[in-house]
Amino acid sequence: MKSAVILFPGINRENDAIAALKQATGTQPTLVWHGETELPNVDIIMVPGGFSYGDYLRCGAMAAKSPIMRAVAERASQGVTILGVCNGFQILTEAGLLPGALMRNASLKFICKNTHLKIETTTTRFTNQYGKGDVVDYPVAHHDGNYFADEDTLNRLEGEGRVVLRYCDANGAVDTETNLNGSQRNIAGIINEAGNVLGMMPHPENAIDPLHGGIDGRGLFKSMVEAVS
Amino acid sequence: MKARVHVTLKNGVLDPQGKAVHHALQGLGFDGVNDVRQGKFIELEIDGADTAKAKAEVTEMCEKLLANTVIEDYTIELA
Repeated sequence: MKSAVILFPGINRENDAIAALKQATGTQPTLVWHGETELPNVDIIMVPGGFSYGDYLRCGAMAAKSPIMRAVAERASQGVTILGVCNGFQILTEAGLLPGALMRNASLKFICKNTHLKIETTTTRFTNQYGKGDVVDYPVAHHDGNYFADEDTLNRLEGEGRVVLRYCDANGAVDTETNLNGSQRNIAGIINEAGNVLGMMPHPENAIDPLHGGIDGRGLFKSMVEAVS
Repeated sequence: MKARVHVTLKNGVLDPQGKAVHHALQGLGFDGVNDVRQGKFIELEIDGADTAKAKAEVTEMCEKLLANTVIEDYTIELA
């Protein structure tokens, strides 16, 4: 199984993405520089976290227009599995591959801690190793993770089962109190209409080793591997 | 020719930064402020003198990059 990690200037989580993909797929992922126009033939593409272009203009705005993103969009339309984490989620929304936008956290604070997330659907190629309603523990590290979309879009996402992860507490309670960053309807991760592109703010790649403090993130990578093998 | 682009959050989109600035202004004793919305100002130096062409081009720039129309509105002034 082959995978690729896209590297933009200012990205700093590419090695975490590589470690998680390598652990799950058993092969070394290819690192692809943003200036490239072609992608290798891979089963999984990951857009990692960081601060591409220093978050200038809007988080992910500049990276979304990079040459390589045209190739990523083409692969997305061909049904290739694509995971965008944190800045990667912001980049995928700015590129129009996922609906909505990520705004400044409602608290205005940079939030760096572990958070509980509720797995809302297990029928996606990213969550088939989890149980419906499972509560997982992943780290978050972001300043702009406040998910916004208009009401129609939100209703559509909910209706089509495209809300994959929501911020919650240890018991799975999803409410204003457990809303980490002000996201509409506690949304932490969504998939596209075809179901092959997931964007999420939390970092499953930083929850894959006991030394991370937990291994809840392994299931997400294992799900992708199961889905594409 | 200069193009001045203002990018602001759409009505109905919460603006936590604007709120924080509002609170800070109140803290300084500026009680007459009812609301604060924070945005961006972008100034472009553009070739040519054809304002219609420039307007069309800057509009495309706004749609493609300068604004995120999911959450933002923009206005363009040419001078």
